[in-house]
Amino acid sequence: MSAVEKASRPRVAIVNFGMGNLFSVRQACLRAGLEPSITSKKAELLEADGVILPGVGAFGRAMETLREQGLVSVLKDLAAAGRPFMGICLGLQLLFDESIEFGRHEGMAIFAGQVVRLEPGIGPAGRPLKIPEIGWKPLRPPSGRGWDGSLLEGLPEGAHMYFVHSFHALAAKSESVLAITPFGDMNYCAAVQQGRLFACQFHPERSGPVGLKVYENFRKMILSGR
Amino acid sequence: MAAVRFIARLDVKGPNLVKGVHLEGLRVLGKPEDFARHYYENGIDELIFMDVVASLYGRNSLLDIIRKTSSEIFIPLSVGGGLRSIEDIRAVLAAGADKVCLNTAAIANPELVREASRCFGSSTIVVSIEAIRQPDGSYEAYTDNGRQKTGVEAVGWARRAAELGAGEIMITSVDREGTGQGYDLALTKSVASAVDIPVIACGGAGRKEHVGDAVTQGWANAVGVASLLHYNVLDVVGGTGSYEEEGNIEYLKGRRGFSHVERSSLGEIKEYLRGLGLECR
Repeated sequence: MSAVEKASRPRVAIVNFGMGNLFSVRQACLRAGLEPSITSKKAELLEADGVILPGVGAFGRAMETLREQGLVSVLKDLAAAGRPFMGICLGLQLLFDESIEFGRHEGMAIFAGQVVRLEPGIGPAGRPLKIPEIGWKPLRPPSGRGWDGSLLEGLPEGAHMYFVHSFHALAAKSESVLAITPFGDMNYCAAVQQGRLFACQFHPERSGPVGLKVYENFRKMILSGR
Repeated sequence: MAAVRFIARLDVKGPNLVKGVHLEGLRVLGKPEDFARHYYENGIDELIFMDVVASLYGRNSLLDIIRKTSSEIFIPLSVGGGLRSIEDIRAVLAAGADKVCLNTAAIANPELVREASRCFGSSTIVVSIEAIRQPDGSYEAYTDNGRQKTGVEAVGWARRAAELGAGEIMITSVDREGTGQGYDLALTKSVASAVDIPVIACGGAGRKEHVGDAVTQGWANAVGVASLLHYNVLDVVGGTGSYEEEGNIEYLKGRRGFSHVERSSLGEIKEYLRGLGLECR
């Protein structure tokens, strides 16, 4: 790889805390022109141009593992320092104050709010709403917010993304919410962004071309800040 | 509520994509990678690879096909067929699958569902049930491509699988599979109303109307389609390369039409569903 190519392929650390399938996150990074490494080493996180916190599984166990690995304060410091940061699925939920999944668990408290269960109910035409919610759902900006300058820039309103989850975040500060999606007769938070810290409940690496656009925007965010 | 999910079900035998009727009499249609790529580019929501001869670790194995496919498609990929243990599941996920479908091994040892969902997360574990209607109107779960009776009642098994931690149920009507006569709506609805988790209807789609029925009458959250799409894309991607190694290639040589299905594109089916007021991606 030439020096020019290297400079245009920012290094991204995908945090490995033993939960979730990192294969697809890595493939999406490669496709978007990022240079991914899967790691749980502090030094590698600190050196990377950007950080991705993925995750599938239980909130409590995830926080426990991150604490044992000594990564909680590193991740909080990186986010606070404005290092480009993307949380995915459980990786979004972990950034909030706490979760009530199987008991009460403290999160990283970077975003104010709580992670709560999706409640089963009745959907369109009397058909039941199923939990876990699995499938493609449309994203909309909350009223008064656009996507310019965010990781959703360039996506059409109503773009469908792939979700798999039983819990969702209730953001205490509405200004951090970047996108919402409907569930029964309510909307919940599908993505948050504050400066260079972005997180989404859906899986952009499994959401086809519009999902890959989020990774491409992440690369742009990294390059624009150098 | 999430949009209706379209899942292309790709039955794989050795290196080839095959399709049968009632899960038997398999014909070779082409290469699974080619069909997978075509469906991805044309807006399919998800893919399922079913290894009909359960040859996970052989030469030209399913793992190779998964690796190749998952590095070029960016939608969920499920894999089933012959997965017997936590190690098998781990191998398939490491090759790039997002979910696994368990059938025979789960019926033989239901605790595998509990263990696997603890280990990899509920949303990774799909329990696949292949059911045959009995003379008394009940449905029995079968294994080995609909050949082996189990004595297990299908709807009760779906409920138990959900309790054990399965994230989804895939219910296939062996009676309808490959016939193009439509999904078994009574079976689908019985399962969908018995469990709180999403249900994938499989077996029998031969016209776009069948897909609509599976959702509005069968309460399916997702639909598995094979013949309905495969025969339509054969002209684009099927029948290239060599097929000496495996299977019945008479169909590919002759290319007679397949009369049981009304060939449809994914776009046409989605347009039809939107007309019914159903959300599609």
